[in-house]
Amino acid sequence: MKMFRQIGAVTAMNFRSLPQRVSTSLVVVIGIAGVVAVLVSVLAMSTGLIRTMQSTGRDDRAIVMRNGSIAETSSALDRNSAKLILDAEGIKRDADGNPITSAETMRILSLRKKQDDAEINVILRGVGPKMLEVRPELKIIEGRMFQPAVTEVIVGKAAHSQFKGLNVGDVVNSRGANWTVVGVFETGGDAHESSLMTYAETLISIDQRGAFQSVTALLESPSAFQAFKDSLSANPALAVDVIREREYYQQQSKTMSTIISVIAYVVGGIMAVGAVFAALNTMYSAVSARLQEIATLRALGFGSTAMVVSVLAEALVLALIGGVIGALIAWLFFNGNTVSTSGGGMGQMVFELAVSPPLMILGVVWACIIGVLGGLFPAMRAARLPVAMALRAV
Amino acid sequence: MTALVTLRNVTKSYVRGKQKVEVLHGVDLAIERGEFLALMGPSGSGKTTLLNLVAGLDQPTSGEVLVAGDRIDQLSRGSLSDWRARHIGFIFQFYNLLPVLTAEANVEVPLLLTDLSRSERRRRVQIALELVGLADRARHKPNELSGGQQQRVAIARAIVSDPTLLVCDEPTGDLDRQNAEEIMNLLQALNRSQNKTIVMVTHDPKAAEYASRELHLDKGRLANDSRRAA
Ligand SMILES: Nc1ncnc2c1ncn2[C@@H]1O[C@H](COP(=O)(O)OP(=O)(O)OP(=O)(O)O)[C@@H](O)[C@H]1O
Ligand SMILES: [Mg+2]
Repeated sequence: MKMFRQIGAVTAMNFRSLPQRVSTSLVVVIGIAGVVAVLVSVLAMSTGLIRTMQSTGRDDRAIVMRNGSIAETSSALDRNSAKLILDAEGIKRDADGNPITSAETMRILSLRKKQDDAEINVILRGVGPKMLEVRPELKIIEGRMFQPAVTEVIVGKAAHSQFKGLNVGDVVNSRGANWTVVGVFETGGDAHESSLMTYAETLISIDQRGAFQSVTALLESPSAFQAFKDSLSANPALAVDVIREREYYQQQSKTMSTIISVIAYVVGGIMAVGAVFAALNTMYSAVSARLQEIATLRALGFGSTAMVVSVLAEALVLALIGGVIGALIAWLFFNGNTVSTSGGGMGQMVFELAVSPPLMILGVVWACIIGVLGGLFPAMRAARLPVAMALRAV
Repeated sequence: MTALVTLRNVTKSYVRGKQKVEVLHGVDLAIERGEFLALMGPSGSGKTTLLNLVAGLDQPTSGEVLVAGDRIDQLSRGSLSDWRARHIGFIFQFYNLLPVLTAEANVEVPLLLTDLSRSERRRRVQIALELVGLADRARHKPNELSGGQQQRVAIARAIVSDPTLLVCDEPTGDLDRQNAEEIMNLLQALNRSQNKTIVMVTHDPKAAEYASRELHLDKGRLANDSRRAA
C-alpha cells in the first residue's frame, strides 16, 4: 500500500513536469507512431491479400488439375481427361441431369496500371458454358456477358478500376487477337475480380494451343468432396489432383502473404531499433532533467523502485500515445485502400488493405515494447543514482 | 543516556581516478538530543561529507555511525532510505522543492511515506505551514515564492513528519541577511520550543551564533568544540 502510494506520487509528479519536456517527448511519440504506422500498413497488405484469397472459393467447389501441378497455370488437361472428369461421383447436376462443371484455361495478358503506368500481367480466364451455374456469385454490373465464338471478354471490377484500357468498348490486343470488352463483373470481392473472362473454346481456337488446364466442379455438397476425389483417383485413365477451391486459393496466396509479412517485420524491426534509440535518448534526458528531483525524493526516503516505475511509466505512456497515433494513421489512410501485387500463379492481384483491429493492437504492443526497452536503462540510471553526489551537483 | 548521534573513528575517502583521497580522518563526535549544532569550517574541509554520513545519505569508509540507536553504517541501501524517512528532516541550501507541486503538496511529500490518512496528512501539513508562517501561501508554486519563503516551505517539509534529527546544509547560503535571520530564528525556535535536534553546516558566523554548540572542521579533523549557554 505504502509502496503504491510512493509509486503513484512519484509518477504523478513526473507526469506533471512532462510539459516542460514536451519537445524531446514528441520525438519519441512521432518516432514510434512512424514505426507502428509502417508496420501496421504493410501487414495490412498481407492481411488484405489473405482476406481476399479466403473469400475466394467455396467448400462445395473443387478444382481438378493434372497430377503434380502446383497451380492452374502449370497444369494441362486434354479433352479426353476433361470429359472423363464429368463422370465422377459427387458432382451436382442441373435439371437436365448434366454435371455442373467448367473446363478452364488461362492466358496472361499484359496491361498497364492506371496509377503508375507499370506493365503487369493479368489473367484472362477461359471458362466453360456452365460457368454461371458453377459460379452463381458472378454478376454482370455493367454491359453484358460475352458471346460464344467471338473475341469478347468481361473484366473483373477490381481489374477494371486498377488497369488501363478495360472500359466497356475498349479493345485489348494480345498475341494477334483483339478482345473487345463487353461487360464488367463482380464476384463478391474475391480474386477473380482481378481477372478477365471469356469462353475457353474461343481462347483455345485462337492460339491452337493444347486444351484445358483445369476443371472446376460444383459438388452436391461440401461433404461430397471425398467421394468426388475418390472416384477420380479410382479411374486408371486419369492422373489428376483434386483440391477444394477454397484451399487452392489459400495455398496460392500463402507465399506472397508470407513475403509481405517478412518485409513488414524486417522494415518495422529496423525502424523499431531506431525508435528504441530515440526513446533511450529522450528518457535519458528526461532522467537528467529530473536528477535533482530524484535525488531530493531519494534523500527524503523514497525508494529506488518508485523512481524506476516512474521513468518506465513515462516511457510507456509516450510509447502508447505514439502507438495509438500510428495505428490510427494506418487505419485512416490505408484501411480499404486498393493495391495490387503479384499474386503468385494468378497474375496481378488487386485487393484492399485491411487494417484490422488485431493488427492495430499488434502495432500498439510493438510500441509498448519499444517504450519499455527505451525506458529500461534510463530507469536503472535513476534507480542507481548516488544520492549524495547528485545533491551536490546543483 | 547515550547521545543521539555518535561517530566513532569515522573515515571517509573518495576515489578520484586512480587516487584515493581521504576526506575525513578518524572523526569522533557525539551529539546530544536537543542540541543545535553548527558545523563550520573552510570550503572543502568535509562538512557536507560529515553531514551526509550523519543523515544516512552516504556510508563511511570505516568507523561506526550510530544515530537514534541504529548502526546506520551497517544498513543496506534500501533500508537506509526507509530509515531516513523515519528519522531525518532535510533542509538544503537551494531548498530543493519540487517545482510542479504547490507549497502544501511539497510539505506533504514526506507524509506519503507514512500510513497516515489523507485528512491526517492535510492536518499536519496545515500545522507545519502555520508554524513557518506560510499558511496563506499553501496553494502557491515554488516559483511564485521568494527564496526565504521557499526555504520556510522546505523547513515545513522537514518537520512535518516529526523526524528525530534535522540536518541543514547551508540553509541560509542562498539568502540575504534579513531572510537569513528569519530562517535562523525559525530554526532556533524549533530547537528551543520543540526540542528539535539540529545539525547545521554553515559558513556564516552570524548564523552559527543561533546554535547552542559550534564545531569546527579543518581538513577532515574536528577542532574548536564550543558550547553556548542558552
Ligand atoms: N563524490 C566525490 N568524489 C570525489 N571527491 C569528493 C566527492 N565529494 C566530495 N569530494 C571532496 O571531498 C572534499 C570535502 O568535500 P565537502 O563537500 O564535504 O566539503 P565542504 O566542507 O562541504 O565544502 P563546502 O563548504 O565548499 O561545501 C572536497 O575536497 C571535495 O572535493
Ligand atoms: Mg558543503
